[in-house]
Parts: sequence; structure tokens; C-alpha cells
Amino acid sequence: MSTMAVPPEPPHVLAVDDSIVDRAVISRLLRSSKYQVTTVDSGKRALEFLSLDSNVHMIITDYCMPEMSGYDLLKRVKETAELREIPVVIMSSENSPARIRMCLEEGAEDFLIKPVRPSDVSRLCSRLITR
Amino acid sequence: MDYSNLRRQAASMKKSLFDQGYLDEQFCQVEDLQDEASPNFAEEVITLFFKDSARLISNIEQALEKYPKDFNKWDAYMQQLKGSCSSIGASRMKSECMSFREFCGQGNVEGCMKSFQKVKREHGVLRQKLEAYFQLLRQAGPAGAATRPGM
Repeated sequence: MSTMAVPPEPPHVLAVDDSIVDRAVISRLLRSSKYQVTTVDSGKRALEFLSLDSNVHMIITDYCMPEMSGYDLLKRVKETAELREIPVVIMSSENSPARIRMCLEEGAEDFLIKPVRPSDVSRLCSRLITR
Repeated sequence: MDYSNLRRQAASMKKSLFDQGYLDEQFCQVEDLQDEASPNFAEEVITLFFKDSARLISNIEQALEKYPKDFNKWDAYMQQLKGSCSSIGASRMKSECMSFREFCGQGNVEGCMKSFQKVKREHGVLRQKLEAYFQLLRQAGPAGAATRPGM
């Protein structure tokens, strides 16, 4: 199994959450794990950002957002040739097996229950490096 | 000024907040995210929380008035508030948010109204207590943060 070379710059994560509090917390969590982080408040803005800057190594998105849910964002990413290789992690405060299954079947890299812990982020980091 | 005494007071205050159920372990997780680059992160996030939660509470108040018995809408707004509470470890507030959502699920208007009043009350109390806590921490100086209460 080939391992992806660790990029010389910190991995760039796009964090998507409509909650300003959650954006602050997830952003700090990721930065303390040495990620470079961009935060946006909606799926729509995430897609706009990705159309301008595809140098994103991972997307981490809240599930429950108005207009475009994290699941809808996941589908759009996986349906887009230029974006489909970017791992997408879903976060949700609801521990719903049906929701988790649906997201994983759609190609989500992982599904985290909020509040996200530093150990969750460490696990993601390890998987990103060994993908 | 006796900084070590202030730090003890802050630690005691925090322990009390945990013992009385106002806060849970997630608050410690938020404080643990502080470092030299972000020494005031916890206070910044808590300040953000109270600004944002005041907005969400106002939204819910308006929804209760403008959209009678629209339990789906009420629930959706309260879900947002509950999420924020969970993210900063506001345990009692989170419990009241969950009660409200249960009443929504039951279609119980009176229950929702009473529960919402409790949410607002807990919000006000928590705000006062955390303001006092962070004021003490500021007085205690840079070393006065991120201690875990004896849980």
C-alpha cells in the first residue's frame, strides 16, 4: 500500500459550520494539531471556496446546516471530478446510526459526534497521512 | 496583590460551577485549547457563545410568537442553541434545551413555554457566573487558567 507523502506545508482543512461558536472551536482544535484552517459558514460558501482554491486536503463539515446540509455538500464534492478525492468528514451532535450509515455510504471519510475531541482530530491526522 | 490566592479563588469557583452542574468536561476541553498563541481562547469563545446564544434566544422568542405551534421550527432553532451549549460545556443550559425539544416532540405548548423560560434563566445565571470567573482569571494573571476541578 502506497502512502501519501506528507505535504511540506501544513495540511489545509476547510471547516464548514453555520455555528460561529463551533467554527471557533473546531478551528482552534485543528490549528493546535498544526493544520492550516479555513472556515466558512455554509455548504454554498464551501463550494465557492473550493472553486477558487482546490488546495484543500480535507473538508470537515457539520451535518445540520440550513439550505445545504453537510450531507448535500458531501454529495456535491463526490460528484465533482476535481473535488471527489478530497476526504470529507461529517460532524453531528446527533448520534443517529441511519445518518452515519448514509454519510459513510456516500463516501464520507469519517463521522464525528460533537463536541469533537482532540483525539478525534489526531485520528483524522493519522488517516490523512496514511491515505 | 496576592495572585496565588486569586488563582485559588478562580479554581474554587470553577469547581463550584462543575459541582452545581453548570459546566461539564467540555469546558475543560475548551480551556485546554489555550496556549501561548491563544492565551485567552476560552474567554473569547465564551464571549462569542453569549453573543450568539442571545441572538438564538431572541430568534426562538420571536418564533414562539410569530409561528404558534410550529414545533418543527421551534425545535430547529433550539437545536442550534443546544449545539452551542454542548460545544462549550454549558451543561445545565443544554439540559433545558433538551427538555424544550422533548416538549416540541410531544406537541406540548405549555411545556415549551415553561421550558424556554428556564433556558433563559439558566443563560442569565451562567453568563453572570462565567463573567465573574473570567474576571478573576484576568486578575490572577497568565498562570491562572486551565486547571481541572477535582472531578
